[in-house]
This record gives sequence, structure tokens and C-alpha cells, in this order.
Amino acid sequence: MSRVPALVISGPGTNRDHDVELALELAGASVQVVLADELIRRPAMLDEARLAVVAGGFSYADSLGAGRMLALDLAVGLGDRLSTFVEAGRPLIGICNGFQVLTRTGLLPGALGHNAHGRFECRWVVLDPVPNSVSVWTKGIDDTIHCPIAHGEGRYVHPDPEALAAAGQVALRYRSTNPNGSVADIAGVSDASGVVLGLMPHPENHIVPRQHPRHRRAGGGSQHLGLRLFDNGVEHAKEL
Amino acid sequence: MATRHRLTIRTLDRDPRATALATAAEHVGLPIPETIAIADIVFVDAPLEADDRDRLHAVLVDPLLQKGSWDLPTTPGVEITLLPGVTDTAADAVRHAAAQLGVDIDSAATGRRIEFSDAVDDETADDIVRRLVANPVIERWQTGTIEPPHVDDRPSYAAAEVIVIRGLDDGGLTELNEQRSLYLDIEELRVIRDEFERLGRDITDVEIEVLAQTWSEHCAHKTFRAIIDVTGGPDGDDTVAPLLVQLRDCTDSIDAPFVRSAFVGNAGVIEFTDGTTIALKAETHNHPSAVEPFGGANTGVGGVIRDVLGIAHRPIAVTDVLCFGPADLPLGKLPDGALHPQRIRQGVIDGVADYGNKIGLPTVAGAILYDPAYTTNPLVFAGCIGTAPSRPLHDGPFPGDRVVVLGGATGRDGIRGATFSSATMDATTGEVAGASVQIGDPIVEKLLIDALIGAEDLYSAITDCGAGGLSSAIGEMAEGVGADVELDLVPRKYAGLEPWEVWLSEAQERMVVAVPPQHLEALRQRCSRVGVDVADIGSFTGDGRLVVRNNAAVVADLDTAFLHDGRPQRRMTAELPMPNRTERIARTVADPAATLLELLAHPNIASKAATIHRYDHEILGATVVRPLVGAAGDGPADGVVLASPLAHEGIAIGIGVNPWYGLHDPEAMAYAVVDEAMRNIVAVGADPDRVALLDNFSWGDPRRPSTLGELVVAVEGCCGAARMYGAPFVSGKDSLNNEYIGSDGQRHAVPPTLVITAIAHVPDADHCITPDLAEPGNVLLLVGDTDAEFAGSHLDLLRGAPKNPGVAPSPVPEAPADYRHLHAAMRAGLVESCHDVSEGGLAVALAEMCIAGRLGANIDTLPHDDLATALFAESCGRLVVEVQPQKVVAFTKVMEARALRLGTVTDDSTLSIVGTSPVAVQSLVAAFNQVDA
Repeated sequence: MSRVPALVISGPGTNRDHDVELALELAGASVQVVLADELIRRPAMLDEARLAVVAGGFSYADSLGAGRMLALDLAVGLGDRLSTFVEAGRPLIGICNGFQVLTRTGLLPGALGHNAHGRFECRWVVLDPVPNSVSVWTKGIDDTIHCPIAHGEGRYVHPDPEALAAAGQVALRYRSTNPNGSVADIAGVSDASGVVLGLMPHPENHIVPRQHPRHRRAGGGSQHLGLRLFDNGVEHAKEL
Repeated sequence: MATRHRLTIRTLDRDPRATALATAAEHVGLPIPETIAIADIVFVDAPLEADDRDRLHAVLVDPLLQKGSWDLPTTPGVEITLLPGVTDTAADAVRHAAAQLGVDIDSAATGRRIEFSDAVDDETADDIVRRLVANPVIERWQTGTIEPPHVDDRPSYAAAEVIVIRGLDDGGLTELNEQRSLYLDIEELRVIRDEFERLGRDITDVEIEVLAQTWSEHCAHKTFRAIIDVTGGPDGDDTVAPLLVQLRDCTDSIDAPFVRSAFVGNAGVIEFTDGTTIALKAETHNHPSAVEPFGGANTGVGGVIRDVLGIAHRPIAVTDVLCFGPADLPLGKLPDGALHPQRIRQGVIDGVADYGNKIGLPTVAGAILYDPAYTTNPLVFAGCIGTAPSRPLHDGPFPGDRVVVLGGATGRDGIRGATFSSATMDATTGEVAGASVQIGDPIVEKLLIDALIGAEDLYSAITDCGAGGLSSAIGEMAEGVGADVELDLVPRKYAGLEPWEVWLSEAQERMVVAVPPQHLEALRQRCSRVGVDVADIGSFTGDGRLVVRNNAAVVADLDTAFLHDGRPQRRMTAELPMPNRTERIARTVADPAATLLELLAHPNIASKAATIHRYDHEILGATVVRPLVGAAGDGPADGVVLASPLAHEGIAIGIGVNPWYGLHDPEAMAYAVVDEAMRNIVAVGADPDRVALLDNFSWGDPRRPSTLGELVVAVEGCCGAARMYGAPFVSGKDSLNNEYIGSDGQRHAVPPTLVITAIAHVPDADHCITPDLAEPGNVLLLVGDTDAEFAGSHLDLLRGAPKNPGVAPSPVPEAPADYRHLHAAMRAGLVESCHDVSEGGLAVALAEMCIAGRLGANIDTLPHDDLATALFAESCGRLVVEVQPQKVVAFTKVMEARALRLGTVTDDSTLSIVGTSPVAVQSLVAAFNQVDA
């Protein structure tokens, strides 16, 4: 079976592009990492991809608000091509800085502010997939997903989180510890169609069981791998 | 002249920065109203139409988070902007946004605004900003509204100044030395004068600055290359080989098969697994961190990452060891001109986090130490590890290669940092040294990595621009070859730079490569793809001369032989210490259980979680053993282990540091910290026969014979320990002159601080060992011997040392064999958990294992008849090991009986040690987890 062509979009300061590249490869995709500038010069690359990622990091050093400059680059440079990609049902995921970018481009609802405690924080979190979620990325996952967060601006803000949840657009919530003050413990949100997912945590850093901090003790296990999200995304793209 | 516009951006929810400021103010006892707020300011000089403003507003202000106003604020506040010339990455982003929107702007700048209520008078507001918010070294502030910085771009003289040096006597030379802050020795000044008398001309300002930089302690390691006459040693008066020669000879004599390059170039290179080499380096950035903690630590990390890039390896991890004054130092005890330790700590940790997190490298291993002696001289050690596919080391440059500068533009930042590091600091240091501090731009460095990794065939030599800037980088590359460069071709941040400033600037994020002309275009294309600037500024010539031109006029013309070999070798005098090596003096501890809890809460031992979680230690997905481990993720690991997600093998990093031993016996300290680094890596499952070491010495002024004596014996200790363990040093760095002259005229030096970093091969990354107790019923055993070695112990730091503290922890000749056996036991699957015994002794080690595993332990056998010695002595060479009951016989056999059965793991959530009151594991957790920052 041929591998799903996937595109990892990175900007100046994106730094988890290669982590997500490996995750997608393990999930069965054939991955190309592309700089936003190159993609803007050759937008046809987007047409050739069946799945896309806006990867995490510190594009433009988070200057003047995380994700804003890269979102501006994509909006100005690609026009409505990203929307067209999504309207064709092709899965798109924004992780961490990528989530911040996608909210700024309007492809995802809400916004991400400074963590309530005011600091960058890196630690492992447990995510609950939300049962009524429309997301193709979390479809069929009943187990909790374990993976690290590493961000300073991850407090999810939305004017009406209940309506968002009712529409099935809340895909993931933090279990027990809400690390950043996100409204309603929201860790990941979907667009209305379910093909776009944005989340602050890094599922691409839990793709083999050994990466789990408690892999030698009870608590880890392959059912909690972040890789499962990518498996879902690739699976969905295959069926297109 | 365009109109100036300013956008003030306020958060809708309370800005966490305001909360942090209120907390900080409370810590130092300054009253602060709850209503304090922080806003961001964006200045734009442009003829903006209303529509332009709206479009900028839409990008710069997120309506769900913020509101923005183009009106001047009328409420009380203090505003802060960067000083002219200090890197302002946010302003770059504003320019980028405007360009994307098609809005023409002339210039942009950013600032911050602290908004006080009417209840705060201007003087108090200014005081709060001065003490807690702004740093005059890089920022300025004023009450009300501020105007953005304006770079002084007066045209420079653009010519070198000629300085009369011929005919100067010692008095004249000394005057020149002070006038230009050269920090050269009189012997060196005489040699320079004689050289120019021989040449029949006077010296230019560029030339004298080049010589001062090249011959600085920082760049030339004059003390480590000096001939040293020693007095007071056991062998009577003697002369010893230069310290650097001793370290190199030691590495040569060990002759480890995995060493590819030691003590050459930017970093050491080793090869544990065929086909992959590892570069390692650790640096100090002490002086800059004292005056501008954020920028100092920030650029310290950036610099050491470039060291690894400068030997053509891809950086994969960062380490940091930080030494601060006590965080609870009363304001009244703070020496004049020094920043409060709390603020230094905050700035340094922010600086490390900012660089490491943004460049995308895990900051994985480290230590934080507190001692009053670090109040005025904080120490910042930053390390970096990189990997690369094996290939021959670059052996250029060759005549005809181009001199190519990559990366950021050059400004007036970091002038004379190399020579500044030779200065003794005093109350005015912050004011005069401002120009030697820079702020880093990790994104630019990230792009440099992206451009250079994979381009190894396009250049013949590479080095980074660190201390001494282009002068140091090109000067070193040109040694024996010669180079001819044109300063006009160096990209500038702004006009107005004198030639010597361009040549010496330590502007960050620049690399120099020697490029054969036929590869120049390919390199340009690579760099252009990721957005890295390339400047071809001249060529390597082959005539052995370093010629620097400015607008075609020669401003420096030096023989590289004189530049690099002309410096007279220093001859120094060392008075060796007379440590107590014979008296084992026990301690009396009235309440061991309470003492254990106090030790766990001691700032040096207590959890560093608040700092560790500020660093991204997960990126790249390779961190297999993290700095915090165990059931609740709060147990302190020994070493950390890195292994690519799909790799079977990995590397472990261990760190040893203990300046308190050094106060009593610097040679024993060296053995002890090498041993600690070895224990760290053995404990996690690394192979003790495949270890390379880095040394970092931070010392006082070596011109004082007793201080140099301590350094001499510490180097002897390093060499002795390296031979004992068969672990070669492959790189190192010394930072001397870590002293401060107080307003009382007294000199305050740091304690002898030696940081040892060990990098070791992990044969099986799937089966690493951590210190968390695994299973009730398992047996706990102690490897190694315990004796009354208390000098410099944390028990003494806590309770005070007796008049005669006796011996410090001494070398353990059995340790190498013990570690080899322990490693064999681990490989055979006989070990469940393992923890090294270090600060606080066996009791603390056991407690940390209980904390990590959230299990109890029942200890019925002690390793020494004296209770305090058994629990709190800090003898080297010891590890606690957890073994399943049915495997104890096999384990003991592998250990050749050098393991003592202490007791068992229990499920009663209590640490019970014979002869002491039991302590609940929850109490251990609570004591250990007191917040550190």
C-alpha cells in the first residue's frame, strides 16, 4: 500500500518539525518538511499532500504573540489554499505553535494566551479524548493519551466553551491537572468539520513506549501513545 | 520625517507578568499595589493612514486576549525600552508584519509599560522598576511616556587611530594598559613595544585590541599555559609542567580508543559507536551573568551551542550548572553594585530557558548550588553535546579559501568581552561593562544550524564567533596561513562603528567558515533557503600575515606567528595547600531523623523541579532518563540518558561539582567530583569503560600563589582520577579572576569550583536504571565503603563545622572495579533501581529513592558503627542498589562481595533506619519538594 503524502510546514524558529516527521513516518506517511516560504513559492505542494501539519516551536521567536507572524505569512502567502485543503476533507493538525498559528488564521476557534502562572512549562500531561468529538484525529480513541507539554502561551481562551463542546469541537481535555489555566480544561479543539485539530501538548514526543517517563513502572503502555493521533490522521487521509 | 505612532497593548485577563512582579516585590519587601499592570508598547515611525493602523492593529492585537490603543496613555506608569544597539527581536517582527501587510515603515521599536495606580508616587515606582524590572546595562526607563531608542549612527572616523608605543617605558605602558582596559601583563606589553620598535612603526588601535584579545586569559589560557614554580608541596619546591600540558598528557597516556579529538578546536570529539561521532563542550559565562543575568546566561548557552556547531556537529542537548548566592539574602547585606541573588537566579534561569527552548534543544542535565561566596560572582556553566556522521575533521583553511561570515549583523554589542573576563569586578562593574553584554537571538542560531548541518563538504574550516568576535575567530583560523579581510564587507546593524569595534564586536549568532571559491555559490544557496546572511569578506592568503582593511586602508597588519606565539610564557608561583589527610573525625548528631529532613530541604539538595520544568527536556524525543523520575515524576535522577527514539544505544551525561570539598582539599575535591560524575553515569546503566570527561574550572585570581596552588593540585587530582577510571578529558575551560572587590576594599573570591561533565556510552537504552524503588520485598545493598569523611559535607554546612573538620572525602582506588562490576550486574538484569550517594550521605540517598518510588524502606544494617558516619558521611565510591531477593546471591557474586546488605524495600510508606526514628515518606516528599524558584 502506498504511503500517504504528508507535509510538515515549518517557519523560522519551528523546532519540532523533525519530531513530527518521525511520528508521521511511523504512522505510515511519506513526509516532506517544507519551509513556509518555500510553500508560498510553490503552493502546488499543498495540493499534492493528503495530510498537513503546522509543527511546534517558536516561529519568529514568539515575538508580539506566539504564532502571529507565521499565521500572517501563511494568510498573505497562501490566501485561501489552506481552507481549500481542509474543505477537501484533508486532515490538518497544528501542534503547540502550530495550534497558535491555526487559531490566528481562523481555521480553528479561540485563542491562546500566556499560561496563567506566567511561565514556560515542560511536563507530562494526561489527555482525555472527548467522546462526542467530531475530530477525525481522536476518533475511536478511548484510552487517555500521555505526552509532554512545553509552552509558555498555552492557555486556551474561548468566549463560549459550552457551545464549542456541544458542537463536538472539544477534542481533548487535560485530566486532573490543567497546566496552563485553559478554559474548561481544553487541551485540543477541532474545526466544525472535524478534519482540523489544534492542541498544545506534543503527541509527537510519545511515539515509542520507551519515551514515557514511567515506562519501567505501571502507567505507560502503547495504548497511551501520542502516535495514535497520527495513526488516525494517516488512516483518514488514506480513505480520501 | 515620518510621524511616530505608538500602540499600547494591554491584556484582557490579568497579565501573569504583573502577578510575577507583585510576588517578586513582596519577596524583597517593597509595597506594591494589586492593581499594577504591564502593557507592551510598539513604536512605528511611518506615515500611516487610518487603514494602515487598522491592519497593523489586527495583526498585533488578538481581540480575545488583548486590547490595543494608539493613544498616549494618561494614567501613571513607568516605561522601559532597550538601550540603543541592544538586539530587539520584537521590533524585527513588527517590521516583518508591516512588510507582509504592505505597510511602509521607516523604523520600529518596542518597549514595556508598568502601570501603577495613583497610590504609588513616582519615586516608589522608579524604585520598583530599578530593583525588579529593568536593568540599566541594557535598558532605560522613565516615568510617564518614553521615546524609543535611537541608535547613535554618527559616522565613524573610519580609520584606525595610531597609538604611540615605541619608546614607552613601563610607566607609559601601564598607563596605556589601563586607559584601554587591555588587562595585559607588563612583560606582554614590553614584548609588543619591542616588536613594533623592530617593525619601525607605531601600533594601531585595531592591532593593540587584537593583541589584548588574543592574549587575554579568556582566549590564551595564560595561567593554564604558564610555567609554575611551586612551594610547600610534599616534594619540596619544584617546577611543574603547564596545567594544560598535564591534562593533555593525561589524555594521551590513557590512550582511549574512542577519542577522536581532544583539546583541539572548539570541542572534544569522541566515537563510541562506529559511524557516529559526539562533540562535547562546556563553557563558563560568569562575568556577563553577574551584570546582566538574562543576557549573560542566554549568550552563554548560545555560545556553547556554536562551539559544537563550530566542530561540524549537530547540537542535540544542553546542560547547565549554576552557582548563586543565597536566595534569601537580606537586602541590607547585598554588596554595593551587585544584583540580588534572587534576581540573578531568575534572570539566569530565564536566560537559559529562553535560549534552549527557542533553539529547540533539550536542556537536560545540571545542578544548582548556593553559597554566600557566589553572591557577587555567580557562576554559569553551560554545556552542549552534538552528534555527526563520522568524517575526517576539517583541516583547512587553505590559501585561496574565502573568509565567509554567516549569521547576524555586527553591532556595538559585546565589545571587549574577552578582556572583561580578566577583570576583577567591583561596585562599578555593571556601569562600565555594559557594552560587553549581549542579548542572544536563538532563532538566528537555529537557522545557522539548519544552514550548516549537511554543508560539511562546502567548507575547509569552521569556527564560531565568541569572545573576541571576528578577531578571535579569523585570527585563530589564520594562524600559520594568513588572511586579508575588508571590514567594509561586514554587515552592520547600524552605522557609526569604529574599525576596531567591528573587528572585536561579540555580536552573537555568527560563524566563520573557510570556503573554497568553487563552493561559495552552493553555500550561498543553502543559506539563502533558510534565511541566513552570507558575507564574503576576504581570503586566506598563505603569507602568514593577518591583514585587516577598512575601506581599503590597512588598519592592522600582524604576523600571525607573533600574534599566536609571540606572547611571553607566563611564569607563576603557586603555594600548595596542606590539607588534612589523616584525621577521620566523626560528628555527633542528636536527632538523625530531623537532620535528614533538614538536609532534604537544604537548597543544594532540595528538588530543583521549579527550574527543571522551565526547560524543555522533551524536544527531539530522545530523553530516556530525565532529570526527574519515578512514580510521581519528582525523584532526582543521577545521570540523564539520551537515545534517539528508534536507537538501541544511547549516551549518558553525569555531572560532578562540590566546591565545599575544595575549600578543605582541592585535590581530593577533583577526585570526588570526577567520581560523582562517574557514579551518575554508572547508576543509569552506562558503561564505565567508555567515558569521556570535560573540565571546567572557575577560580579566583591565580596571581595569588595560594589560589594558584589550589588550582595546581586540583588539576593533579583531575589527572589522577582520569587515569584511575581510564576516562580521558577531551575538552575543558577555565574561568579565572572570579573575584569582587567590595566597597570595603576586601577581595571576595569564589570557592574553588570544578565542574566535571562525564559523557558515557549506554549499550542498552531500553533498560536504563533509575533511583525509584520498584517493589516491596526487594533487597537494598550498598556498594563501596563508608568512613568519617566530613570536611565540606552538607552536614557541616547545616550544623556548622568543628574547628578541626578532619579529612574531606578521599579517592577510592576500588571504585573503578566496583563500577565495572555494577555495570555487569545491570547488563545481567540483576538491578531494579540504583542511586548514587552524594551530598548528605547515605540517609539522603535512601530518602531520595523512597521519594522517587513512593515506597518505604527498612534499613537494619548500617555500613559503619558510628551512626552519624553511617548516615551522613560523604565518602566517595558508593551507590545504593535495589535487587530482587532471589538475585541477591548472583548480584553479590558479580560485585565480588563488595556490597553490603542494608535492608529491604517496604510498602509501609516509611523510611525506618535502625537507631533513628522512622520518617514517613510523605514527610520526606514535603521536605524535598520545597519550591526552589
